[in-house]
Amino acid sequence: MTLIIALNCIAGLLAVTVLAVVIGRASVAAQIVYGASLIGSLILLFAAIGHLLGAADPVSMTLPLGLPWLGTHFRIDTLSSFFLAVVDLGIAAASLYALGYGRHEQAPQRVLPFYPAFLAGMNLVVLADDAFTFLISWEFMSLSSWALVMAHHRVRENVHAGYVYLIMASFGTLTLLLAFGLLAGPDGDYTFAAIRAAHPSAGLVALVLILALIGAGSKAGLVPLHIWLPLAHPAAPSHVSALMSGVMTKVAVYGFVRIVFDLLGEPAWWWGIPVLTIGAASAVMGVLYALMERDLKRIFAYSTIENVGLIFVALGLALSFKAHGMPLAAALALTAGLLHVFNHSLFKSLLFFGAGAVLTATGERNIERLGGLIHRMPQTAFVMLIGCIAVSALPPFNGFVSEWLIFQAILLSPQLPSWGLKFLVPAVGALLALSAALAAACFVRAFGIAFLGRPRTPAAEQAREVDRFSLAAMFACAAFCLIVGVLPGLFIDTLAPVVRSLVGARMPVQIGVEWLSIVPVAESRSSYNGLLVFFFIFMSGSLAAFAIHRLASDKLRRAPAWDCGYPDASPATQYTASSFAQPIRRVFGTLVFRAREQVVMPKPGDPGPARMSVELRDLIWDMLYTPIAGAVMLTAERLNGLQFLSIRQYLSLVFAALVILLLVIASWP
Amino acid sequence: MAVIVDVAIQGAQMLLVLLLSPLLTGFVRKIKARLVRRQGPPLLQPYRDLIRLMRKDVVLAQSASWLFRVVPYLVFATTWVALSLVPTFRTGLLFSWSADLIAIIALLGSARFFLALAGLDVGTSFGGIGSSREVMIASLAEPAMLMIVFMLALIAGSTQLSTMSAFMNSSEVGLRVSLGLGLIALIMVAIAENARIPVDNPATHLELTMVHEAMILEYSGRHLALIELSASLKLLLYVSLIACLFAPWGMGTTEAGPQALAIGALTYIGKLAVGGFLLAMFETAIAKMRVFRVPEFLGAALMLALLATLLRFVSRSF
Repeated sequence: MTLIIALNCIAGLLAVTVLAVVIGRASVAAQIVYGASLIGSLILLFAAIGHLLGAADPVSMTLPLGLPWLGTHFRIDTLSSFFLAVVDLGIAAASLYALGYGRHEQAPQRVLPFYPAFLAGMNLVVLADDAFTFLISWEFMSLSSWALVMAHHRVRENVHAGYVYLIMASFGTLTLLLAFGLLAGPDGDYTFAAIRAAHPSAGLVALVLILALIGAGSKAGLVPLHIWLPLAHPAAPSHVSALMSGVMTKVAVYGFVRIVFDLLGEPAWWWGIPVLTIGAASAVMGVLYALMERDLKRIFAYSTIENVGLIFVALGLALSFKAHGMPLAAALALTAGLLHVFNHSLFKSLLFFGAGAVLTATGERNIERLGGLIHRMPQTAFVMLIGCIAVSALPPFNGFVSEWLIFQAILLSPQLPSWGLKFLVPAVGALLALSAALAAACFVRAFGIAFLGRPRTPAAEQAREVDRFSLAAMFACAAFCLIVGVLPGLFIDTLAPVVRSLVGARMPVQIGVEWLSIVPVAESRSSYNGLLVFFFIFMSGSLAAFAIHRLASDKLRRAPAWDCGYPDASPATQYTASSFAQPIRRVFGTLVFRAREQVVMPKPGDPGPARMSVELRDLIWDMLYTPIAGAVMLTAERLNGLQFLSIRQYLSLVFAALVILLLVIASWP
Repeated sequence: MAVIVDVAIQGAQMLLVLLLSPLLTGFVRKIKARLVRRQGPPLLQPYRDLIRLMRKDVVLAQSASWLFRVVPYLVFATTWVALSLVPTFRTGLLFSWSADLIAIIALLGSARFFLALAGLDVGTSFGGIGSSREVMIASLAEPAMLMIVFMLALIAGSTQLSTMSAFMNSSEVGLRVSLGLGLIALIMVAIAENARIPVDNPATHLELTMVHEAMILEYSGRHLALIELSASLKLLLYVSLIACLFAPWGMGTTEAGPQALAIGALTYIGKLAVGGFLLAMFETAIAKMRVFRVPEFLGAALMLALLATLLRFVSRSF
């Protein structure tokens, strides 16, 4: 039943795509498309939640579509219903937001048809039950999102972003194609049921793991395959950016979980090692990039890389624990990872909505040209503050809960018997702590420079609060961030059937714990109660305010800023995003980015300004992608000569190729 | 009945730390002054300062937003809640399970997050310099702190402070190399977190050397009082944390009667006095370092904590 509803909704979304092509120019088209997407995603969301809460048995279905005699297989189980819920909650929020935000779109025909198609693609990936359907949907999702990235195609940067995205997406799909090809074996049975039943050799499985890590990881934005993400995500319209960062990366995580936890069978002891290493590297690198960035949407895109890294660390821990026969610890790590999937989709959507609101209000994405928005856009500033606290993993919001659970899982690692993991996991823990602290610095910077202080440009000075639909979507996301933060037990229990189906165990039941605390292993070991912490903070803050206002003084007067006696009226004297990041750039950037600072002082007596320039190098571009691009260009240049041969030469080339192929076949064992 | 006693003890701890924290600050100041042969302010001066500040009008910068006015209360509340969960004179407080050590550190992180935002709110250059340096120091101190937690959790098998403290008080823990390294690392982190010499100078009025003081430069009146009180609370928190983990002697247990509690309270005050004295000695003996030397200082703390953790992996007896 759930599956039929879901597929009907997806068919509906595809119908909306066709409709959008027809009515794209009409003034009500945006309302119709986004309204229909909102309704469709809400139905899908409730269907998915119903399936998840009921912990219902998997339902499969074969539709006579696609290739003849193969059909298209769909299946919904607890894992896909959880991801379906995450995807559709994000879609619902984005569609609600777009009802207001979409009005400002200058070229609606370039956005409206692809938006529902993109939504349908993401939903289909989660429901696919054979490799063929999975890959088609995956590619559908990639291409429709590529079209959305290219919506504003006259901006030069966007064209570049679209180009890089297209190459990286094709590469990712290619590796997934190879992974599924290896999994399907020589008989070529592409249904997931057949893949699950097969028992491939260890070497093959290792290859599939690496290919899946590359394929899903490039979509999710793992370092060093992340290069397209900070270009492409910000280039799209903001509601699409929110979907790409908050939701599409989760679809990629789903792909990885589906292949590695479900299809590949029992993990080997070393599987966790590459996943943990790449995850931890992504977490730290992502946030360091974010700290150097000045474009608001790019900061959030880089922070997505960090969070995806966290999720993969949790998945790597789960794999390691599962491989060593520690199902309870694996359940804890996997729950932490999946909870972070949910949390990240919430606060990252919220943050991109906020960036869109800022863009609508000021036309600026560069935070160094903003400032003081808290006075002009108080509601947006308030929800953005919540989003920033949540993404910085600070209590009592949701980001902290999942990060805390990951740390609890890390603390179980000494029980692992393998020495490699024993030494790796504490180092990963230190890197995660570093990334959490840097994330807090990054979001103090992003929020502080954009929303606090004094306006740096007239555009920021004249910003106006955004429309109600956008605000409603942002407040809904912020409310969810708080709810998950104070009542995490409910969500952990909801995840239990998903986790049980993947690692064979679940975390202890949380709902019955006194005072709604969460207890990952045992109460004597660790527990956390978001509700009480929130309540205590609220009570002691209010108590202090009440007591001081009542007993001491409640008088207040306004005066010019003090600033040690040298206040400067010019807003240019404020700290900028670059100067805020300077200490961190000096500490970490000299190594990671080869940062070079150069100060040019005027000669004594010369009243001209001193100039300071900073040079950063992206080593991943320089050391990985530039050589590859160079090699490709070089090869193409060398092969160019082949285009200008005579007919005789072409015929002899064909003949030579034929002879070589025959020789190969003849000598094949 | 037992619940009432528990609530009373939890309340007593919250009041006790609130009342004691300015005294500790005053004590450290007094000792520092005496060590350089000055008379120094009276012990109770911080209380007088707080009361005086609370009674004064707030002078708010024209460009300050609502966030600037809310932050002092938030900072005070988060720090106070964090401190009320650290065992001081008795383990197993009523709400001790509502946050473990990681959550307590994160609560302090929240306080710092808000304070750094407040530094940026008015839009002055000093506020910005303070916030920017504060988050840089925090980004180095936090991994070190987490490695210390990791090492302690390996020994005690828990991150719950009450359980850890009770375990440290038991005879199972002898002298260990890893504990020694962890203690040194924790002290280094505590110095950085509390903006003490050599990382920052709480008494400085030279703008370019300030970190914490630059961040709160625009605060006045009751807001400043709350922030000063939070700073005192934070100092008390770290001294209590070190005391309850590395010197848990005399602390009352859950079954302790009034007499044991009195002993616990007295030893606690004794520990604070020793801690304050050592801090004053250390601060007098050392000079403040340049801001960009701080990463080396905290990097050393991180390495010590990492070494301690690895030693635990190599052999359980270290």
